[in-house]
Amino acid sequence: MMRGFFDSDLWYSFTRSPVTVASAIVALVCVSGAAFAPWLAPHNPFDLATLNLMDAFKPPVWDEDGDPAFLLGTDNQGRDMLSAIMYGARISLVVGVAAVVFATVLGVMLGLLAGYLGGPVDALLMRIADIQLTFPSILVALLVDGVARAALPRDLHGEIAIYVLIFAIGVSNWPQFARTVRGSAMVERNKEYVQAAKVIGLTPLRIMLKHVLPNVMGPVLVIATLNLGFAILTEATLSFLGVGVPPTQPSLGTLIRVGNDFLFSGEWWITVFPGLALIALVLSVNLLGDWLRDALNPKLR
Amino acid sequence: MTAFVLSRLLQAVPVLLAVAVLSFAMFAYVGDPVAIMLGQDYTPAQREALIQDLGLDQPVFVQFATFLWNAVRGEFGISYRLSRPVAQLILERAPATLELAFAAALLALLVGVPMGVYTGLHRNSWLSRLFLTFSLIGVSLPTFLIGILLILCFSVWLGYLPSFGRGDVVELGWWSTGLLTASGLRALILPAVTLGLLQMTLIMRLVRAEMLEVLRTDYIKFARARGLTNRAVHFRHALKNTLVPVITVTGLQLGAIIAFAIVTESVFQWPGMGFLFIQSVATADIPVMSAYLLLIAVLFVTINLIVDILYYVVDPRLRIGRGAAAR
Repeated sequence: MMRGFFDSDLWYSFTRSPVTVASAIVALVCVSGAAFAPWLAPHNPFDLATLNLMDAFKPPVWDEDGDPAFLLGTDNQGRDMLSAIMYGARISLVVGVAAVVFATVLGVMLGLLAGYLGGPVDALLMRIADIQLTFPSILVALLVDGVARAALPRDLHGEIAIYVLIFAIGVSNWPQFARTVRGSAMVERNKEYVQAAKVIGLTPLRIMLKHVLPNVMGPVLVIATLNLGFAILTEATLSFLGVGVPPTQPSLGTLIRVGNDFLFSGEWWITVFPGLALIALVLSVNLLGDWLRDALNPKLR
Repeated sequence: MTAFVLSRLLQAVPVLLAVAVLSFAMFAYVGDPVAIMLGQDYTPAQREALIQDLGLDQPVFVQFATFLWNAVRGEFGISYRLSRPVAQLILERAPATLELAFAAALLALLVGVPMGVYTGLHRNSWLSRLFLTFSLIGVSLPTFLIGILLILCFSVWLGYLPSFGRGDVVELGWWSTGLLTASGLRALILPAVTLGLLQMTLIMRLVRAEMLEVLRTDYIKFARARGLTNRAVHFRHALKNTLVPVITVTGLQLGAIIAFAIVTESVFQWPGMGFLFIQSVATADIPVMSAYLLLIAVLFVTINLIVDILYYVVDPRLRIGRGAAAR
C-alpha cells in the first residue's frame, strides 16, 4: 500500500517541486505544533495559576530584556506567546477544517440534488447560489454571525460562538462545491451505469449516494484544500473584528486583535508573531492546494 | 442596447427582492424590537401603542410592503445602539467609505495593470519573478494583517503617516471629503494601500495571463509582420484585447473592496459604513444591519449592471451575437 503511494505520479511530482516540499514541511510543523500543543508547548496559557503579571510584556529572548523562559516574549497578562500561538493555531485549524467539512457536505449534497434531479430543484438551488455568490463570502459570514448573535440569548454566546462561527464560514462557502458537483452530476446522470441502476429499481437516493457521489468527488478534494486556507483566513478576520471566537479561547485572529492594542506602546511581538504564524500556515496550505490542483489535473495548468 | 439594459434590470429584480425579504425577516423577527425599544418599565397600554405604531399588528404582507415602501423612501428605522435614524447614520458615513474604496480601486488599477503588462512581456526577468512572488504573498496575507504591518512600519517605527481616522475633512454640502486637505490625503494613504493590495495582485495576475494568451494569437504575429513598432503591438493591439476580463474582474472586485472596507476601516478606525456595520454586528443592532444589507445589495446589483453594459460597449462580438440570437 505505502509502496504504491511512493511509486505514484503524485509522489513523483511532489518530490520534483522544492516549493511544495518546503510548504509541506512548514504545514506539518504548524499542524503538529497545534495538534500536540498540550504536550509540546512550554507553558499552559489557560492555566491562570501559572500566569504571573510580573512576567507581562517580556520581549522575545534575543532582546536584551528577554527572558529565556519565554522564547517569543509574553503578552499583557504574562502569557508565553509561543504557547499562546500553538494553542491559538489549534483553534484556528479546528474552526477552519470544520467549516470546510461543513461547506463540503452541504455543497456536495445540494449540488448532487440539483445536478441529479434537475428541473425546479436545480433552478431553485442554483438561483440561491447565484444570489449568494453576488456577495463576497466574508460579508455573508459576517451577516450570518450577526444574525445568530441577535437571535440567540446573550448568555449562550460564549459557549456556542465556535459553532456559530463554523456554521457562518461553512454557509458562506457552499456554492462553490455545489456548482462543481452539479456540473459533474449532470454528466454522470446520463451515463449507462446510472440507467442500469435505475432499471434494476434502485431508489434515486441510493443511486445518488452510492453510485453518482463517488464519481463526482475528485475535484471536490482539490476545492476543499484550496478552501482551507481561505476558511482559516476568514476565521482570523472575524476573530480580529471581534465577532469570532471568544477571548477565553483565543485563536490566531484573536491574539492579533489583542496585540493590536499594544502596537503603539512598542510591544510589537504580541501582534507580529501570531501574524507570522497565520501567514506561514495559510501560505503553506495554499501552496499545497495549488500543487494538488496542478498535479491531479495537468490540463488546468 | 436599451433592450439589453432592460433585460439586465429585470434580472436584477428577483435578486433585490430576495435580499429585501431576508432583510425584512431580520428586521421583523430577529430579536424583539418592541422589548428593545420599550426598555425596562412600561405599561401594557404603552406596549400596545408601540406595536400599533410600528405596524406589528398588521398582516405580514402589509408589513413587508410598508418595509419596502419605507426602504424606497430611505427610512430604515432607528438604530438600537445609537438611537438615531439609520439612514442618517449611513449617509454620514458613506462618503468616507466611497472615497476609500475608489482610492483603493484606482491604486489597484494604476499599479496592477502596468505590472501585469510588464510581467507578461518580460516573462523571465528577475523583476517579473519578484512581482509574482510578491503577488503570491499578497494573496495569502489577510487584509487586517497588511494594515497592522503597515501601521507598524510607517506609523509606529517611522512616524511618517497617521494610523487612524480621516484627518481634516471639508464639507461640500452633505458630502464630507478628505481629498482636499493635506492631512486628509496623508490619512488616506495607508488604508488605501491596505485595501487595494489584494486587488492589485489579482489584476496583475489577470493582465499577465491575458497578455500571454493574446501575444500568442495570429493577429499579433501579423501586426509584427506588418512591421509595427513593439509599442504599437503591445499597447494598441495586445493590451486592448485583454481589457474585457480586466473590466469584469475590476468591477466585481469593486464589490469585494467595499466588503473588505469593513476590515480596513476597523484597523484604521476609518469613520465609514463598514466600521458602523461591524459595530452593529458586535452589538446586534438589527436595523443598521438590515439597512446595510439592502444597501450593499443595491450597490452590487448596480455594479454588475454597469460591468455588463461596459462589456457590451467594449466587446463588439457580444452585440452581434445577441442580434443573431434574437433573429
